Amino acid sequence: MNVSHPGHLPHGPAEPPAQRLARLRGPVPQRSLDARALAALAANPGCRRRALLDAAGVDKAALADRLGSPAPFGQSPFAIVRGNVFESRVKADGYAELLLLLQQRLGLPEPGAAELAVPDLLPRAGTAVRTERTRQVLADAAAHRGRWTLLDHPMLCLEVAGSPAFLEPDAVVVRPDGRWTVVEIKSFPVLDGSADPAKVGAAARQAAVYVLALQQTAAELAGVKPDPDPYAAPEGLAAAPDTAVLLVCPRDFSNRPTAAVVDVRRELSVTRRQLQRMTGIEQLLEALPEGVGFDLSTDDDGSPVRSTGQLGESVAAVPAAYSPDCLSTCELGFHCRQEARCAGAVEQLGRAVRGELGSLRTVGDALAAAAGAGTDPADEAAARLARAAALRAEALGRRPSAPGSGEAPGV
Amino acid sequence: MSLLSTLARLEAVRSGRAEPLATVRHRHLSDRPMVVVPLTAAGEAGAPLAAMLGTDRAAPRLHVVPQPLDRDQRFAFLAALAADLLPYLEGYGEEVEQVEGTERDPETGERTPVVRELCAQAPQLIVPSAAGVDQLGLIGRSTRFRRTADDADAGPHPVPTRVPLLGRWLTHLRERSEVPGSSLLVAMTALLSRHWATGQSHLEDQHLGALLAWISPPPGMSGAEAARRAESARDERGQLYCPPAGPATDPRFDEKLLAPAVARYDAARAALRARPGGDERAERHVRRAAEEIRELLAGVLRPTWDQVWHGVDLLRTLPPAAHLPERWESDRWSYTGHRDRLAAGEPPQPRHDDAVTAARKLAQREREQAKVELQEALDDPLAMAEHRLSGEAFAGTVVDVEPAYDTSGRSPKPRPLVTVRTADRPHADPGREVHRAGGPAAQKAEIVAVDPDDGTLTLRLTSGMGRRKEPEPGSVPQPGEQVVFTLFELTVRQAAPLPAPEDTPWTHGGPPSAAALAPAAAAAGSDPITDPEDWE
Amino acid sequence: MDPVDPTASPAAAAQRVTAEILDAVLHGTERGVVVDSPPGAGKSTLVVRAARELVAAGERLMIVAQTNSQVDDLVDRLAETAPELSIGRLHSSDGRPAPEALRHAGVTASSKVGDLVEQQVVVSTAAKWQWVKDVDPWRHAIVDEAYQMRSDALLAVARLFERALFVGDPGQLDPFTVVGTDQWAGLSWDPSRSAVTALLDHNPGIRPHNLPVSWRLPYSAAGLVSRAFYPFTPFRSGTGEGDRRLTIGTRGDGGPVDAVIDEAAESGWGLLELPARHTVRTDPEAVQAVAQTVRRVLDRGLAAVSERGTAPVTADRIAVGTAHRDQAAAVRSALTALGVPVEAERGPAVTVDTANRLQGREYDLTVVLHPLSGRPDATAFHLETGRLCVLASRHRHACIVVARAGIAELLDEHPSTEPVQLGVSVKFPDGWEANHAVLARLAEHRVSHRP
Repeated sequence: MNVSHPGHLPHGPAEPPAQRLARLRGPVPQRSLDARALAALAANPGCRRRALLDAAGVDKAALADRLGSPAPFGQSPFAIVRGNVFESRVKADGYAELLLLLQQRLGLPEPGAAELAVPDLLPRAGTAVRTERTRQVLADAAAHRGRWTLLDHPMLCLEVAGSPAFLEPDAVVVRPDGRWTVVEIKSFPVLDGSADPAKVGAAARQAAVYVLALQQTAAELAGVKPDPDPYAAPEGLAAAPDTAVLLVCPRDFSNRPTAAVVDVRRELSVTRRQLQRMTGIEQLLEALPEGVGFDLSTDDDGSPVRSTGQLGESVAAVPAAYSPDCLSTCELGFHCRQEARCAGAVEQLGRAVRGELGSLRTVGDALAAAAGAGTDPADEAAARLARAAALRAEALGRRPSAPGSGEAPGV
Repeated sequence: MSLLSTLARLEAVRSGRAEPLATVRHRHLSDRPMVVVPLTAAGEAGAPLAAMLGTDRAAPRLHVVPQPLDRDQRFAFLAALAADLLPYLEGYGEEVEQVEGTERDPETGERTPVVRELCAQAPQLIVPSAAGVDQLGLIGRSTRFRRTADDADAGPHPVPTRVPLLGRWLTHLRERSEVPGSSLLVAMTALLSRHWATGQSHLEDQHLGALLAWISPPPGMSGAEAARRAESARDERGQLYCPPAGPATDPRFDEKLLAPAVARYDAARAALRARPGGDERAERHVRRAAEEIRELLAGVLRPTWDQVWHGVDLLRTLPPAAHLPERWESDRWSYTGHRDRLAAGEPPQPRHDDAVTAARKLAQREREQAKVELQEALDDPLAMAEHRLSGEAFAGTVVDVEPAYDTSGRSPKPRPLVTVRTADRPHADPGREVHRAGGPAAQKAEIVAVDPDDGTLTLRLTSGMGRRKEPEPGSVPQPGEQVVFTLFELTVRQAAPLPAPEDTPWTHGGPPSAAALAPAAAAAGSDPITDPEDWE
Repeated sequence: MDPVDPTASPAAAAQRVTAEILDAVLHGTERGVVVDSPPGAGKSTLVVRAARELVAAGERLMIVAQTNSQVDDLVDRLAETAPELSIGRLHSSDGRPAPEALRHAGVTASSKVGDLVEQQVVVSTAAKWQWVKDVDPWRHAIVDEAYQMRSDALLAVARLFERALFVGDPGQLDPFTVVGTDQWAGLSWDPSRSAVTALLDHNPGIRPHNLPVSWRLPYSAAGLVSRAFYPFTPFRSGTGEGDRRLTIGTRGDGGPVDAVIDEAAESGWGLLELPARHTVRTDPEAVQAVAQTVRRVLDRGLAAVSERGTAPVTADRIAVGTAHRDQAAAVRSALTALGVPVEAERGPAVTVDTANRLQGREYDLTVVLHPLSGRPDATAFHLETGRLCVLASRHRHACIVVARAGIAELLDEHPSTEPVQLGVSVKFPDGWEANHAVLARLAEHRVSHRP
């Protein structure tokens, strides 16, 4: 047996977080933090469980499977095909349509095809080589003002909580005026000038991660430190990354591209904040009880290294901040919902519910307060609930303080 | 979410099934609704895949696009949809009643009596969820500008004749559905969640199967268990027992069943095309492959179809609210107006409202929102309880009535003092005007004194008692009578007039031109009339 | 777009901008002039000044304000400073103008515009102006609190005038609606947006002017409010450090409430922090702490020392600001129980109201119940920068914030997954950043309170 048992490894307070996180994950491939994952950090920043599992690179979907609450996410093959077809259409004919859109939307001089440089970014090389190559191309482009350079699938690197995250935008364009613009290609439509705001929001958060990585690169090339002030206006090369990105989508019901400029300054400051928080992972690690681990690997004989029960205990050892939004944003959503229901947590009814219930945290407590049972008369929430229960009983013609009859009308 | 509905949800968690949120039905329900369950192809905006529809639950009609990227098939689907829906939509245009009203002469400003037609009934489309409402709107948007073979300049891809007309109807219905309380096009999830509180969140209620699971769970199962089953239980082929109510299909269904079936269909068609003379066997293969897709889609549509009708049954058990006919009349006016615009040969609805139209619609929606809230409160003690809890209304028993008069004018007017005992705690400071709900007529009063320790309020009635010195009999509540007063007005104020679109002022860009109505975010937008977009 | 020239005196800087504005109003080529005014930057003074100059130039004008109390305030102020003007107060048929507005000889009130057309200045609410018809358009209009006005209201009244001066505070609360407006998002004429944004989108030649000096906010507040809420259009205070003071008649009793009053009198800010706890909106302890603070301010006899001289801080010079109406109601009854007057009809009283209703008002001292105090979660409503901006910028001398501990953590845990509409410009600053900026300053003036 060649699988090391986490609990037996030497470790102590001096163990670096990256190492500790790797040990939590076990000898399975790390789920790397891509732009989508980084953008998703903003969905529920209060959830320690998600923060820890993401930082450790644990495959949450596989974990959810093992816990018996598989994530319902998936992408239809039709949608995947559609996305690929659209992206290749946008980039067809030497990026002609894309350049036209850039020029129209950004109000720049019309590019002649001859002026467009499309450097080879070594797409088949390893990430480190690709990252270095992208950096070099950006530095070159900065030195040659007055022409267009298109970086097709460049590779960027952003340091997140001490370890590098590699990011691959659809394209970055260096404009004749020296600015760098992130191009996001999405296959949801822009219909009569507007698009699904939730999808645009997600695209903007993802693009903001790229802009942040570009800002880091630009600052390094310029030899300055990135300014943490959200309203700072850097100068020179450090100012090259544009905080407005170009979102390219199919127009109306066609397959023809259209584009919109999206200001991602707000998403950028959100992302910056979330990444700063990632450094708080050390505190999460310190608070972990002994024996916690999320190793999803199997032994030589195919049996799991950690039993479902052990995995469940480990997950339970890290507090979650469940809300029903998690069902559509996190692979563990269904598991955490089950946990919230078992605990009778009021969050199962929605985030907003807590605001009305004050310090009452469970369904049982809230219903007891509604029934007027042994509550603190100074507790405003309990008093309001009791009053609400009386009004509800009166309107429904029920006896006051009678618990829900369980009868839905006419059913 | 209000505290009362939160409480109802808490109760539902405990009881394991949905709890009532209303004592009456607050939305109009047609005797003959048209249920429509639309499906789309994943990743394709407005690309229809299938629709199950009809007014007879035992006989749903099914239309399918076997290859969603095939333009001809899409046109055929839309033509079939139009053939099914238009007779239903247009069928209510015949029977009318004459309504007398007045109209202002634009020249003299004088009011002259006019008689207008109002359709006696109107259609009602019910879709499973809010996404279905949007989907019908998308179909409307994608078809109303299309050219047909009847047009002088038909363009390269004319659609069947009635398709643009369907688009205009669907656009109208979608637009109307934005008006609070309207019922021409409604989502079943919205109807049900107005009337029942489940033990789950509002987000989870968007899943029709899960919502119904809470309202009427199968015997021996709690709402939570039944809802979880509806959300995620899969059969031995990995397919959901309760497929999503659309318009998107389950990705696993697409992957395991639909995509292979479409591939087989494409292959069969390719084989047929390879035989120029036609080949009976090849044709049979194509038909069989198409039939296979049809059966697959029927299989995932049927559960949702049944659920929508189950929802209709549940709603019918609730007695209709008193103000429903009044609100339904607004829907009938909306329907009649659209019928008249079509008859007058007006062009299709533009892609964007102009400034004045947008402002007018916003004013109408705000007015209807206020009206729905008021009417629901008057129709349903559970809705009024919301206002009582928030201190905007109070209910109680009259304990004392003291005659009094206002003698400041020429003739004395009745201003009786009424003392009400109530357990409510309204935000009622002395001097505040209040309005009597459920009284014989519109009646106002002023708060004179509040005694929270005693639980009494004293009011001076200021109107609604007739013109004489003594109040009209029955106009003043008597001791022992139950009364309800609100701190908000019980009528909705008229919206202020707006200029005509051609008088749009300089602050809003002046009168609209065709160019001005192009979307702000897409400068390269094309004219939909002269350049109908291709579906590719 | 005038940068704040740090060398010019505040008065000179403000005067220069005012002169430019008046020139644009009287002689500019654009039909609209927009003035962005941060809190207390002399917006009302500008309106009065513009009205006088227009009348002096032989013009008649109409003024549009957003609420009846704004109209009454404006009429009172106009008549007070320019008694030579004849002013019409147009009101609704069931509305009663405030006595302050009607006490002046030059003011005529009517619900019919026909009675008032001869007046040099006619003032009313946007809601009333929308119903006015059968009059010749005015050549000039002034639209006050224009950022509170909705685009559809401007659409309805713009037919009444040829040119207009729009004055307002872009940092305050945006207009809103409870019904669906998504279909118009991104359109320049979206009826639910503010009137000014619609105007600017349709008239790209109009460049807003910025009033560079806040005469209301003390030195201690102007920098923070400018940085947190107006990051791209900075302003400064008209008075310098130490020019505004609060003196206290009696020494503190050693308790936290007196301590926070001392702190606020000294520094201009105070944070009375209750222990972290999740509560309902009308958190009784927080409400009680607010009420006690006001009670002690009155008991201890504060006096405001400023460029206007020294004046006692009486009840009518104090406001309590809350996010919700039920909170305001709870504070009002707590104050009443402590014998503090809260009804202006019966003499000087403390104003207790929500941020929406405090917009445009000014007090010596404000006590604010923090919108996020005790909340288990933040919402877009509570994070709206305009709300906090209004609450943190109503005072001439000091602002005391009452809050439960834990707001910073609450902000950190708030999901930031806002939807984005194409074509809709991003509202700055971000609520999170603004809230943190204010919290960081308040933390320097914290007094812990364990009721």
